Amino acid sequence: MIALLIRDLKLAFRSGGGFGLGLAFFLLVAVLVPLGVGPQGGTLARIAPGILWIGALLACLLSLDRIFALDFEDGTLEILIPSPLPLEGAVAVKALAHWLTTGLPLAVAAPVLAVLLHLPASGLPWLVASLAIGTPALSMIGAFGAALTVGVKRGGLLLSLLVLPLYVPSLIFGAEVVRRGAEGMAVGTPLAFLAAITLGSAASLPFAAAAALRMSLRQG
Amino acid sequence: MLRVIDLACARGGVPVLESVAFTLAPGEALVLRGPNGIGKTTLLRTVAGLQVPLAGRIEAKPDRIAYAAHADGIKATLSVAENLGFWAAVHGQSDIGPAVAAMNLSALVNRPAANLSAGQKRRLGLARLMVTGRPVWVLDEPTVSLDLASVALFGRAVAAHLAGGGSALIATHIDLGIEARVLDLTPFRARPPGQGGIATAFDGGFGDDAAGAFL
Amino acid sequence: MSLWEYANPKKFMQTSGAVLPWVAGLAAICLGTGLIWGFFFTPDDYRQGSTVRIIYLHVPAAMMAINAWAMMLVASLIWLIRRHHVSALAARAAAPVGLTFTLIALATGALWGAPMWGTWWEWDPRLTSFLILALFYLGYIALWQAVENPDTAADLTSILCMVGSVFAVLSRYAVNFWNQGLHQGASLSLDQRENISNVFWLPLVISIAGFVALFVTLVLLRTRTEIRARRLSALIARERLA
Repeated sequence: MIALLIRDLKLAFRSGGGFGLGLAFFLLVAVLVPLGVGPQGGTLARIAPGILWIGALLACLLSLDRIFALDFEDGTLEILIPSPLPLEGAVAVKALAHWLTTGLPLAVAAPVLAVLLHLPASGLPWLVASLAIGTPALSMIGAFGAALTVGVKRGGLLLSLLVLPLYVPSLIFGAEVVRRGAEGMAVGTPLAFLAAITLGSAASLPFAAAAALRMSLRQG
Repeated sequence: MLRVIDLACARGGVPVLESVAFTLAPGEALVLRGPNGIGKTTLLRTVAGLQVPLAGRIEAKPDRIAYAAHADGIKATLSVAENLGFWAAVHGQSDIGPAVAAMNLSALVNRPAANLSAGQKRRLGLARLMVTGRPVWVLDEPTVSLDLASVALFGRAVAAHLAGGGSALIATHIDLGIEARVLDLTPFRARPPGQGGIATAFDGGFGDDAAGAFL
Repeated sequence: MSLWEYANPKKFMQTSGAVLPWVAGLAAICLGTGLIWGFFFTPDDYRQGSTVRIIYLHVPAAMMAINAWAMMLVASLIWLIRRHHVSALAARAAAPVGLTFTLIALATGALWGAPMWGTWWEWDPRLTSFLILALFYLGYIALWQAVENPDTAADLTSILCMVGSVFAVLSRYAVNFWNQGLHQGASLSLDQRENISNVFWLPLVISIAGFVALFVTLVLLRTRTEIRARRLSALIARERLA
């Protein structure tokens, strides 16, 4: 398990694409939105929670198909399935590696971009907290979507179509936490829902994703 | 060590092989032969547990089989040692030295796999088999893109594995230079359902086929 | 005789072939009666005027949009547990029908909303949930079409249907939390006091029965087509091997 985590992290760092690309994309979204919406601070502050969450969601989506597609192409999955490593655990570890290389950096970088969007300072801690708590669910749901589309040629677009509707609850609760935090309201309820989605996904989706992987590879 | 009883397997929902039976004792190798498309790969995948048999049984502990196919699961950005070390860790082994030595990879251990030639990559893939520590090797065309010297090297590695009490099930067309039984799969080709073969859910007609109901 | 015998393609083809004309006739009669009665022989609502008549399309379509997904979920579970091909194909056949009902509900809702709410679209929880439901249908249909091996496609879409159901319910509650909304409560319930008035009630129930029969007709028809398509590909595959 730990060997798999270390290997996936090494691969993400060495290929360069996985780690930096998501962050750069996140930055671009935060820069492009004011260019499109206009520079008025009030408007930007009001839409900042939504923009930052949607940016994080899309940045996450960008690297999802790498979770299993590369391992599928070079035969790693076929060797992994009969190996002593339980596939459910392997899926969870790969989702964790994806989160460590995309979700976590996004949560850390988000306050800088929030300043660009004039998000009130009272919202910053809640922005980091909501992303830190909510993005693991994005990685786990994404891993499930990637497992469904692993055998599909050019499955990237299909993956987005499958995964984005599943992101709706996380997006709603996550942006709500930031909005309430910025306005100085209590954030307990949406934050609890966000955490519940993450925990529920982490507990159940590895099984669904592992089943989907076995089915995709069966070919019989 | 491995016993296959009355096995039938399907590719794409269509039965391709039926009534396949063989046993593999420790120290024994079995080479599968047969024309292209007969179902060698399907049979090996079924034995390895990647596919569900249509009928019959495979008697072997699943944790004894190591499977290797056309793709080796090698990561181009990792070095030879890192690639092997990962698979060794997955299988609870720690020492990759003997595998490196057996496949003549000692000079290459710190080289990224991206810089290996096709034959060197194949040798790395076979060294991967050794670090699993599993006794039953299930190999699908293991000598693809190997030169003659590497084929001989591979043959010696398999022979050493057999001598150590392991066994191997190999689909290959070339002579590996090892003592092996040969199983020709041609007689096990699945029969059409009308002649006693296994029928799938959609092989039965609906009674109105002949009446041109498709139109 | 066990109920599962109907899951055999041959038995299913025989039974569905016999039942189909009757269900189709029932759908035509109910839809004709319910819609004509509802459109031409009911009084105007005292507040909504004649726009109220859209409920004879809107409410049944919306009900069936959700019930179609529920039927797909049950069929998917049957496929995963008992591996009956007819079940998987019925789920596949129901998806485009369910999507169409969802779109009808959204379109008739927009038509009604324009004069009554003064807008074609409102980000109301019910409307938003139906939009999300339409996306789930799209993803499900796209996955069926993308995976080449039919049994693998059935496996994967079944899992998607299960996980999707959980997330669809979650989305419904999340959207409720996000915006309280304009949409009125349920038009029908078993509790009489909350029902709409009796003049509208009977034609609405007949329309709903018509939509249910229409759904069954379309699903049977499409399942039969899917079974024939599978039979055809089985024949072609056998031919290629021989």
